[in-house]
Amino acid sequence: MIVAERKSLEQIEAMIEGMEKILVAGCGTCVAVCMAGGEKEVELLAAQLRMKAKKDGKERIVDEVTLTRQCDKEYLDQIAKYIDEYDVVISTACGAGVQFLAERYDGHLVLPALNTLFIGVAEGPGEWSQKCMACADCILDQTGGICPMTICAKNSLNGPCGGTNHGKCEVDDSKDCAWTLIYRRLEKLGRLDYMRKPQPPKDYSVMTKPRKHTHQAFTEAQQDEE
Amino acid sequence: MSEPQADNPSEPFEPKVVAFCCTYCAYTAGDLAGSMRLEYAPNVRIVKILCSGKIDAVLLLKAFEDGADAVYVAGCAIGDCHFLEGNLRALRTVAHTKRLLAEVGLEPERLEFFHIPASAGPLFAQRATEMTERARELGPNPLRGTAHKPAGSKLTRDQDAHPPLPEAKLGRRIRHAERVAGGTGGKR
Repeated sequence: MIVAERKSLEQIEAMIEGMEKILVAGCGTCVAVCMAGGEKEVELLAAQLRMKAKKDGKERIVDEVTLTRQCDKEYLDQIAKYIDEYDVVISTACGAGVQFLAERYDGHLVLPALNTLFIGVAEGPGEWSQKCMACADCILDQTGGICPMTICAKNSLNGPCGGTNHGKCEVDDSKDCAWTLIYRRLEKLGRLDYMRKPQPPKDYSVMTKPRKHTHQAFTEAQQDEE
Repeated sequence: MSEPQADNPSEPFEPKVVAFCCTYCAYTAGDLAGSMRLEYAPNVRIVKILCSGKIDAVLLLKAFEDGADAVYVAGCAIGDCHFLEGNLRALRTVAHTKRLLAEVGLEPERLEFFHIPASAGPLFAQRATEMTERARELGPNPLRGTAHKPAGSKLTRDQDAHPPLPEAKLGRRIRHAERVAGGTGGKR
C-alpha cells in the first residue's frame, strides 16, 4: 500500500490563498486505509477549511467528494460535471493520483493535500513501515524475505557493512540492521548458505524514472496480430 | 426547552455545550443525577451514543462548525468499558480532534473527555457545570454567528459504473462491443 500523511492545514491554506470555491477530492484506496485521504479525512479537511474561513471572515465554499480511486481514468470522469464550478481542486490522493487528476482536468488547478511517503505495510493501528522501494529487480528470494535495498541504509546487497552494531544500524541506531535481520531469518530457515552466494552488482538502469509498464499479455497479443 | 438567546448580541452570553455520553456509564450517570434531583447547568445538550468509542473527529468538528461553544465526550472509567476499549479509542479521538481544532485556531480546551462511571450522578452534574463554566470563560465560539451560513457540503457521486466500452481492438481486428442489458450494469 502507498502510505501518505496530510500536509499541515497552514500549508494547505497557503496554497489556496484567495480562492473561494474549493473541491476536496478524496481517494478511496491506499490513502483511505492509511487514514490520510479517504472519505473521512476529506470530511475532516473540508470541515477544517470551512471553519478556518468562517473564523477569519473569508468567503469560502468547500465541497467534498471521494472517488473510488484517483489512479484510474474512469473514476476521475465522475467529477467532470462538477469541476467547472470550482476555483481549485484539493486532491487527498497520493502523488500519482494528484497528477492523474491534474492531467485529466488540465484546465483546472489541482493541488496536493498529502505528502506521499512510501510503499509499506501496517504494523499496527495507525503505524506503518516502509517495506519496498520498487527497485524493479526483486531479490527477496535470496535474503529470507527481508529487503536489503529498503531496510539497509546503504542498499548493501552482500552482507552487512562495518557499521552493524548489535543488530542496529550505524546511520540511525533506532533502525535495525537489515543484514542482522536477514542472517537471523536465514538461520531460522536453515538456509545460511545463501549468505555465501554473492549478489551481482545491482542494475540501476532498470530503476530509471519515469518508468512505464505494459502487461505482457497486452504487448505480445498486439505484436502477434500485427 | 427554551433556547438561550446568545445569538443576539444584546443578550448575555449563554454557552451551548454538547455532551456525547456513552449509554452504559455517562448517560446512566445523567439519569442518576436526575433521580437524585441534582442541579446542573441547563446549557448542556446530551447526545446519547452507544459507546464513547463511537465518537468520531468528524462529529466533534461538526458540532463546533455548527456553533457549539464547548463539547465533551463522556465515557466509562478505564477498564469499565462495556466494549472493553471504546473509551480508550475515544480518548485518542478527542486528543486528535483537539489538535485539529488548534490548527483551525479554536481553543482546544473547548473539547474534553471525561470518565463518568454509571454510579457517579454527582460527578455527571459537576462535569456539566464545569464544562459550561469553561465555555463561559472562553467566550462564544467564533463560528457561532456563521453556523447557519452555507459553506459547502458533500457532493452526490454516481455509483461506480462499468468502465466505458472501448472498441474491442486486437491488432487489425476491431469489434464494437455492446453491453448485454440486465443485471446491475445495464444502465449507461
